[in-house]
Formats: sequence, structure tokens, C-alpha cells
Amino acid sequence: MTAAASTSGVLDAAELRRRTRELLEARPPAETDRLDFLKARFDAGLAWVHYPEGLGGLGAPRSLQGVVDAELEAAGAPDNDPRRIGIGLGMAAPTILRFGTEEQKSRFLRPLWAGDEVWCQLFSEPGAGSDLAALGTRAVREGDAWVVNGQKVWTSSAHLARWAILIARTDPDLPKHRGITYFICDMTDPGVEVRPLRQITGEAEFNEVFLTDVRIPDAHRLGEIGDGWRVAQTTLMNERVSIGGMRIPREGGMIGPVSKTWRERPDLRTHDLHQRLLKLWVEAEVARLTGERLRQQLVAGQPGPEGSGMKLAFARLNQEISGLEVELLGEEGLLYDDWTMRRPELVDFTGRDAGYRYLRSKGNSIEGGTSEVLLNIVAERVLGLPSEPRTDKDVAWKDLAR
Amino acid sequence: MTTRTQPDLLYSEEEEALRAAVRDLLTDHCDAPGVIARTESDQLHDPELWKVLGDGMGLAGLLVPESLGGQGATHREAAVVLEELGRAVAPVPYLTSAVVATEALLACETDEAAELLSALASGRTIGALAVTLAAGPGAPFTSVRHEEGALHGELTGIADAAAADVLLVPAEDGGLYAVDADADGVTVTPQVSLDLTRPVATVTLVGAPARRLTPDAAPAVRRALRAGAGLLASEQFGLAEWCLTETVRHLKERKQFNRPVGGFQAIKHRLAQLWLEVVNTRAAARNAADALATASTDADVAVAVAQAYAAPVAVHAAEEAVQLHGGIGMTWEHPAHLYLKRAKADSIAYGTAGGHREALAELVDLRAP
Repeated sequence: MTAAASTSGVLDAAELRRRTRELLEARPPAETDRLDFLKARFDAGLAWVHYPEGLGGLGAPRSLQGVVDAELEAAGAPDNDPRRIGIGLGMAAPTILRFGTEEQKSRFLRPLWAGDEVWCQLFSEPGAGSDLAALGTRAVREGDAWVVNGQKVWTSSAHLARWAILIARTDPDLPKHRGITYFICDMTDPGVEVRPLRQITGEAEFNEVFLTDVRIPDAHRLGEIGDGWRVAQTTLMNERVSIGGMRIPREGGMIGPVSKTWRERPDLRTHDLHQRLLKLWVEAEVARLTGERLRQQLVAGQPGPEGSGMKLAFARLNQEISGLEVELLGEEGLLYDDWTMRRPELVDFTGRDAGYRYLRSKGNSIEGGTSEVLLNIVAERVLGLPSEPRTDKDVAWKDLAR
Repeated sequence: MTTRTQPDLLYSEEEEALRAAVRDLLTDHCDAPGVIARTESDQLHDPELWKVLGDGMGLAGLLVPESLGGQGATHREAAVVLEELGRAVAPVPYLTSAVVATEALLACETDEAAELLSALASGRTIGALAVTLAAGPGAPFTSVRHEEGALHGELTGIADAAAADVLLVPAEDGGLYAVDADADGVTVTPQVSLDLTRPVATVTLVGAPARRLTPDAAPAVRRALRAGAGLLASEQFGLAEWCLTETVRHLKERKQFNRPVGGFQAIKHRLAQLWLEVVNTRAAARNAADALATASTDADVAVAVAQAYAAPVAVHAAEEAVQLHGGIGMTWEHPAHLYLKRAKADSIAYGTAGGHREALAELVDLRAP
């Protein structure tokens, strides 16, 4: 590819800085179209340095990405707006990298990273939430293609997406975990219908996706037939890593707005609220430190199981803190900013008003794994406690209770 | 830059090696039946263990500069030692002598203080700050009367005073004084303590001869109690982790209803929640230890956060250990009660969680109505 010819051969911080400057010289951001710049960055191996050469990376340690990002930011270079394409970056890309064919990798990763193709995830179904492996969307082989029928739900960005990662049942006679196959689905297929799904906040961040005789070429299958559950584990694992990897300043999360209100509005203060606020402030600060410690472990190449716990802590704290905030506001807590149905492109859990934050945070303990399931995961995988007796593992999917 | 923007929350290789050495020692010298038996003996502290730990391994002098005969290490290393001591509920005056009394002396600039620091660093002399264990950093503390070079008065709730060779006593003239525990006019009377592994005592001074360490006791006491509160979080972490680990181990083995009890979801969720709390406590405790070690401007906040968080977690962990062990957890024979008593006493030591939250209200500007 066009990655700069290696000089020293050692991919250290200095070498990455040198290559970044070379890119900036060749394509000055001020004079370069945003997408062209991003694609040039990808081709220089500076998109995600830990990816292989030719696929936007250099096979360098992941911890060196910060060096590149800092150089680019200082030079005022555009970024790929990662929040807008989080599902592609955080879930689809690592799965394609691990399980994709060479053709799939070179076709999909570049536009995915640059953000000119948005991705969404077609996993959850009305009848398969926590028990995702029970999913019933069917994919039936017809020659070189698969014909897909079913319904998916809680799909963010479906109305913007060009591609989706999809899991569907290819063999209902096998036990549920074994009859699933993983696909890349073209969202422009005429059989794909996207409908907004309005939620308790009044807006629709997510969609329902109805799949009717959608044709997916076999070349867009990811991994082996029947191996979709294992492939999906890679997707979901990366979701959790990306949640745990963020660095947050003190009062950077949900505790920020309520602390601000507390400082600015002495008229609202009561002793009871004060005690509760301080308790939550301490918990938020400690959760932040745990996240920071996890980040330091990842940088040091010693990832721990703490990541499994971060989402649990974050969900509960968001809910309790935003609930306290509504109460703190007293009469103003009786109001809500706006119930108009909208389809926001980005979601900010700490955005809008306290009422919105309170309602939106209710989803934090459901989306991306319910808190109840995550507690089981911690208990079984971290603490090594036995699982509950199960009756669903060795039964053909078609014979399961529904 | 004097203060790093991000604290180092991990353990270094040297710290892990130190942990392994202390753990080996405690495995050999501090088993649970021994600790339980000692709580019913005349000598609540374990002098042999202290000798190996303080003198033999040189751990009593971690916070003392090498020029004064110490190890010149930091609070980070002392915190690792305390994690292990908490895990074993070891009956040794490490926190009180090697941390709190030592920190008070480090704040004094007299030759007398330097001499005492060397003595404490060697582990052959044990010191105790004669301020109630319940006092948090910045809280008011009781002082005794100073008259013609001698002290008069009574002080209660002094942790590990019964083991101490020298008491550091604040007086009403504002000074901090050293008093030899075996001097005439000094009586140390053990109080029947909730936690028999860190017992408290009454110190009665009737014309006790005293040597002045500093004319300004308040900052020295404050510094000592802040270090005590901050590093206590590491002890609480070690204690809580033992409770969790031991309870999980028990519940994998214990069978009722033809299943391991640890397989019931109601139990699993409780243990997973406790694990989250323990993991958080480690981060908070490391943050406090690092802030103290680097003399960070954030140390007051880091200590208050750590203590406000760790104290209730240690109590929760010990309470869960008793409950989830069922009947055996309620017996004198099983060590769970040692952890419960230590955790509950620790939740008062160096200020309660509520006291530290009140301190935070000022420190982070979230003021009371």
C-alpha cells in the first residue's frame, strides 16, 4: 500500500510522529478535503495504528495511537467523528478484522473508518434480548445468496447506515447457539424497512428494522456457517472494551450538571439532598478512578476483568444521580423540556435537561447487556461461581419455549 | 511539574514483590486460629510477628528517610503492606506506629523527633499518637495540661497504646510531647475493645516527664491523621478482598438443595455487587496512596474520597461474609468475626465516612445549606 517506506523499522513514538508529520506535509489539512484527508491518513497506516499494514494501521502497539492523535489534533486535522460511527469502529471493524476474508477487509474497513459508510447492528429482536442466542430471524440459502426474513429492534443509526452486521438463524434444528450465522447486510436492499422506535424520552434514537426477503450474497457472510455466535462474541467483547477505554475528568459524567446546579442554586439546598449528593459524588469519583485504573492497565498491557463492572457502576450512578437532580430542582423538576418526537443523530446521556437525563438513564441498565445479566457474567466469569441449571442448551432451537 | 496530572493507580513490580514477601510471612506467622487465640490472651499484640515485620524486613521504616535509618520508600509501598495486614487482620501496630506516629514525627523538626524517628524506623521502638482513634484529619482533639516539663491528664481511645514504648501527646500549650510509656506517672489501661486486633486504651498522665517534639502540634497531628485515613483505605481494601474471596470459596463448596449455594442467582448477584465495590475500593485506595506519596495538591480530596468510600465497603464485605457463611459465620471459631470487628472499628477510625464527606463538601465546593 501507500504507507510510508519504513526507515528505521522501529515503530516507536518518534517514528509515528515522523510519519504523522509526513502526512500533514503531503496533505495539509487546511487545503485538503476532509474525506480525502481521512483516506490519506488511513492509507498511511495512521488510522488505527494497531491494525495491520494496508488496513489503516502499522501493526504498532495500540498505546501509541495517542501520539498520532495528539499530533493531528495540534495541526488542526479533521477527525472521523468517532461518536457518529461508533458501531462501525467499535463493533463491526474488530469483527471484520478477525473473521473477514481479505476481500471483505479491503472492501469495508476503509470507508468504515473514514465514516463515509455508516454501520449499524442487527442483533436484538423483540423475542431475543438478554437471551440473544434465541433469535429467530431466518436466513435460508438460495444458490450463492441467503434470503433473510425477520425483525430486529433497538438499532441505532439504522436510518443512516449503509451496512449492518447481522446475526440470523441458518439451522433451526440445532441447539440455539450452534445454528446462527453472521452476515454483513446491505441496508439499501429493498427488503429492508426501517421504522423509528419512540422511547420514554419522547424521541427515537433507535429503530425497528423489518427484513423481508432480503438477499445477502454468501460473499458477505462473516465467519463459518453456524459459527455466528462465536463471531458475535468478538463484537460484543469489543463493545465493552470501548466503553471501558474512555478517560473522564473529575465531574466529567452525570455528576457534573447536578454539582453545577448545587453550586449555582443555594436556594434549592436541603440537608437531606446534601448528604445524598455527597455520597453520590464520592461514588462517581471512585467509579471514575476505577475507569482510569482500567485504562492504565490496558496501556500497560495487563487488562483486568474490571471492565465488566464499569457499565454496571455507570448505569446505576447515572440513574441515581439524575433522579436526585430532578428532586433537587423542586418545582422545576415537574417540567420537561420537550416531548416532540425527534431522531437525534448523536446521543448525550448528560445532555438536555434533568428530566431527560433521568428518563434516558433508565436505558443504561438495559442497553448493551442488562445489569442483571452483567451481574451473572461477573459472578461466573470473574468469581467463578457456577451457572444456574439450564434447560435450553442442548435442545433444538425449534423446540424451545416461546 | 511537581504534581502529575494523572495518579499512578497500578502496582509496580517492586510493590508486587513486597506484597508477595509480606504475604508469605503472614501465611507462616499469622494464621486465623492463632489470631483468635491471641484475642483471649494477655498480650493482644503479636511481638514476634512485629519483630519479623518491622525489624527483620525493615518495614517499620518505609516512610522514614534513609538518612534517619529508614527505607526512604513512600506511602505506595506502605499501602501494599497494609493491604496484606488487612487481609490477615494482623494484630500488629503497623498503621499506628509505622504510619501515624511516624508521620507526626516527620512533621516535627527537632533532634528529639529525628532520634525517635530512627527508633521507630528500626521497629524496635513502637510509637503511638495519643489522639483518639476516632479523630479524623482536621477534627478537634483532646490535649493534656503541661506544667514544668510534665504532663497531666487522661486520654481515651488510643489505639495500640498498650504495645507502645513511646506516646506522642498533644498538650494545651499547643506543643506535641514524647512520653515514655514506662515512665513514672504514666498509666496505660486497656479498654475492652470491639476490635481486639487493634485494641484501644486509656492513657493517664500524672506528672509524666515529657520531651517537646514541636511547639505546634496541630499540623503534625493533622498530617498524621491524614496519612492514617488515607492508608487505612488500603487496609480496608485488603480486608474486604479477603472477605469476598473467602466467601466465594466457601460458597463454591457449600451445598444445599443438592447444589453449590454459590450457584443461586440471588447469592451470585450479591457477590458480584460486592466485587464491584472491592474493585472500586482498590482504585480509591491506590489513588490516596499515590497522592500522599507524591505530596499531590489533590491529597486532601483523594484521602477523603478513599475513606468515605472504603469504610462502608469493608463493613459491607465483612457483614456479607458473616451472613453468607450462614451459621458457621456466627461462631467464635470461624475468623469472619475478626474481620467484622476490624471493619466496623475501621469505619470509625480516623474519621467516619460521613465525616470525610463533610470534609469533601468544603474541599470540592459542594456546601451545606
